Amino acid sequence: MSTPTLPVRTALPWVAACRWDRLTPERGIAVLLPDGGQVAVFRTHDDVLYAVGNIDPFSGAAVISRGIVGDRAGEPTVASPMLKQVFSLRTGHCLDDGAVRLPTYAVRVRDGVIDVSTQPDEATT
Amino acid sequence: MRQLVVIGNGMVGHRLVEAVRSRDTAGEWHIVVLGEEPRPAYDRVALSSYFDGAGEEDLRLPDLSAHPGVELRLGEPATALDRAARAVTTASGAVIGYDALVLATGSTAFVPPVPGRDLPGCHVYRTIEDLEHITATARAATAAGAGADGVVIGGGLLGLEAANALRLLGLRPHVVEMAPWLMPRQVDEGGGAVLGRLIADTGVTAHTAAALTAIEPGPGGAGLRVLLGEGADQRAVDAGVVVFSVGVRPRDELARAAGLELGPRGGVAVDAACRTSDPAVYAVGECASAGGTVYGLIAPGNAMAEVVADRLAGGAATFTGADTSTKLKLLGVDVASFGDAHGTTEGALEVVLNDAPGRRYAKLVVSDDATTLLGGVLVGDASAYAGLRPLVGRELPGDPLELIAPERGAGGGIGVGALPDDAQVCSCNAVTKGAVRAAIAEGGTDIPAIKACTRAGTSCGSCVPMLKNLLADSGIEQSTALCEHFAHSRAELVEIVLATGIATFSELVARHGSGRGCDICKPAVASILASLGGGHILDGEQAALQDTNDHFLANIQRNGTYSVVPRVPGGEITPEKLIVIGEVAREFGLYTKITGAQRIDLLGARVEQLPAIWARLVEAGFESGHAYGKALRTVKSCVGSTWCRYGVQDSVGMAIRLETRYRGLRSPHKLKSAVSGCARECAEARGKDFGVIATEHGWNLYVGGNGGFTPRHAELLASDLDDDTLIRYIDRFLMFYIRTADRLQRTSTWIENLEGGLDHLRAVVVEDSLGVAEELEAAMARHVAGYADEWRGVLEDPDKLARFVSFANAPEAPDPTISFAVEREQPVPAGPVPLGMPAPAGSGPR
Repeated sequence: MSTPTLPVRTALPWVAACRWDRLTPERGIAVLLPDGGQVAVFRTHDDVLYAVGNIDPFSGAAVISRGIVGDRAGEPTVASPMLKQVFSLRTGHCLDDGAVRLPTYAVRVRDGVIDVSTQPDEATT
Repeated sequence: MRQLVVIGNGMVGHRLVEAVRSRDTAGEWHIVVLGEEPRPAYDRVALSSYFDGAGEEDLRLPDLSAHPGVELRLGEPATALDRAARAVTTASGAVIGYDALVLATGSTAFVPPVPGRDLPGCHVYRTIEDLEHITATARAATAAGAGADGVVIGGGLLGLEAANALRLLGLRPHVVEMAPWLMPRQVDEGGGAVLGRLIADTGVTAHTAAALTAIEPGPGGAGLRVLLGEGADQRAVDAGVVVFSVGVRPRDELARAAGLELGPRGGVAVDAACRTSDPAVYAVGECASAGGTVYGLIAPGNAMAEVVADRLAGGAATFTGADTSTKLKLLGVDVASFGDAHGTTEGALEVVLNDAPGRRYAKLVVSDDATTLLGGVLVGDASAYAGLRPLVGRELPGDPLELIAPERGAGGGIGVGALPDDAQVCSCNAVTKGAVRAAIAEGGTDIPAIKACTRAGTSCGSCVPMLKNLLADSGIEQSTALCEHFAHSRAELVEIVLATGIATFSELVARHGSGRGCDICKPAVASILASLGGGHILDGEQAALQDTNDHFLANIQRNGTYSVVPRVPGGEITPEKLIVIGEVAREFGLYTKITGAQRIDLLGARVEQLPAIWARLVEAGFESGHAYGKALRTVKSCVGSTWCRYGVQDSVGMAIRLETRYRGLRSPHKLKSAVSGCARECAEARGKDFGVIATEHGWNLYVGGNGGFTPRHAELLASDLDDDTLIRYIDRFLMFYIRTADRLQRTSTWIENLEGGLDHLRAVVVEDSLGVAEELEAAMARHVAGYADEWRGVLEDPDKLARFVSFANAPEAPDPTISFAVEREQPVPAGPVPLGMPAPAGSGPR
């Protein structure tokens, strides 16, 4: 297992998602936040973790974690399983609709456990 | 609804609005167009026809302002762009907000910094206003006796257009060109020589290798004197009017002031999506710098407009540079230039036909081994252009000299049939031969239908003869790359997998594709691997390739729940099994409905409930019905000879045999089947991909039917077959389809697109004309032997089972966004879930 590179962040409240090895490469999981919100966490083929909001903005359904992971011109992406709009995993931006964006969340691995921030990155809300 | 602001109402801006409107059928975009000119958009390319009797109305482009979603603000140029606020300020002081902005500001005519360039009587040639000024000056000059000469500065394409305009005004035109021949960007020296003679024949005086040094008031203050060259070489031309047509400069001031990145030679820098450095701002046409190039032609501008419209509609189109080939009639002279016209490719060879007395010049540039056409120049007779341009970069169909020989006449003897599908037939609108053939296959039967469907032939019209040829031998077949990750079609990938034995997506994309795949190629490859290899579709890496339906072995519904459809082969079911379905639905609170395929759909199951539901069903003897897969769905039947007084064969028994044989078979699209016990056809077998209808002597096999968006009736493939022959033919038919069809191509379109159509299919299936029958049957035998219930496969594997949780950190917690209301005594998703429109900002998770 290679350790993903993660941005350094401090003073964020974290919630433990699951063990790192539970997450299949190029597949996602959903994580329930204490306030009832939901985050979709993905592991790409190069073992980088990404976390974005789990609610599909186009359908309102909590399904982003079940989308297909891939890339568009090298940008890591997930396609909503509902109507197939594609989102950047890095920025949350919908690549098919510039006006739509998923919130992104900090994610880290500590002692083999994936942690997700309980608060989205500010710029993405 | 979102707002799109388009700055610029020229041809490209107009095209963009047209393209967005045609795609945005849901009315998602409201469009505001800011036009600097006081008049509606018009055809700038045909400007000189204004002097040829055409009025402003004739030049006008289709009026889009009548559309309720388009607000046209004429005479109201944008003056400032505030990207942070996403707002544009106009000359009238209005501030207009945008969700997306398109800069289509075009270009201005460049006026060289020579003394006297601002004198009255000097004009540029760009807008209808300019034409009106030129007309007024020319009339005044003629009236004042200042001479009937007009000088155009610039001997390029636009300069010759302007010279034509002056000629039509009744002036004697002069053209001043700094290069040694006219149109130096398009034609070479030899072509330039013939062009010079042809232009001289029209009464235009060309001053080539001539530098403009100054413009002075004419003798006695009337008109103008144009000074060319310096010192002893200086010449003077007296004229009533001077028109500058040296070139254009992109209008990027607005973008520059707003801090957008610019191209190396000016113009707003854009990426392949035609997006500027601000993702909410696009630029198209002559104001855009794509890959460092500013294109001054209409075709690339139109291509960019289509790319942006596609992007705004959620597509992924790209602009990767444009063919700058041109064919035009200037002053009645045919000129064409295409590909590497100047032979700059290393080792390029030239084949030249220079008929000076005949006023005809043709040059082909070919590769160093003389096999590939690289480009060419045609002057005096450009009739070969339509046939030659699409061949650029491809193998020459014959002796190059033959292709430009005069006796070949129109089309240069190159049949459009020789062109590959990805060759552009219409370069103005970037329409490929494949697109035209697709339009024909979809029912386009004449030129207007093809024009309306593809836009081919709507601009310069030079490709219309080729369109006619394509209609005449209305061929089929289109080559399609799967997606950005694979240049191959699905059928080609099948060939690759068969030939190489590659068994994983990772290896396939690494060796034969690029990137990491997407929601198009991953499920397609998963399907190929499943139909050729076998194994559980959630084994190993395959799990990550599956669409959510295949991944959860159930069908996703609008609220994120899933539906469960157990297999009911042939639609025959015992009371005990019906009771189990009822009990399961009651226990898990599922909505139940009889499907059109003679089975029962259980809707509203949450992900974490699926294994428990399957466990109950599997225990009662059910298995997955594959309602979620691009796979065999069902074989429907009528009760047949067992009960029906008209029945002649046991249709239920045959339907069960077929459904049990082909269950779990992954295919390019879903597969449906039915068996009817007599010719009354109560099972509707002719509406299925393969339908079987009983006869007195056996079975008739029909193929290629479907319901859905474009219903089709299946056609007879073979008659009066016994049971085993029927199954053998269906084995061959299905495997042949699986191996050669495109992604999401149902059997009907697959058969239509097969060269030779149904007759060819019959030859392959019945007569084994390709000698592949044995292999196809063996492949099907492997599928039948390897079949296992996919639900049971999950229940028996703790690793797979572990994926069926709502949340990784709360596996049993139900998704709080899912709730139900009750309608007609059954649960249904609560509240309308808007599909297709983004939820209002702030409604997402915190």
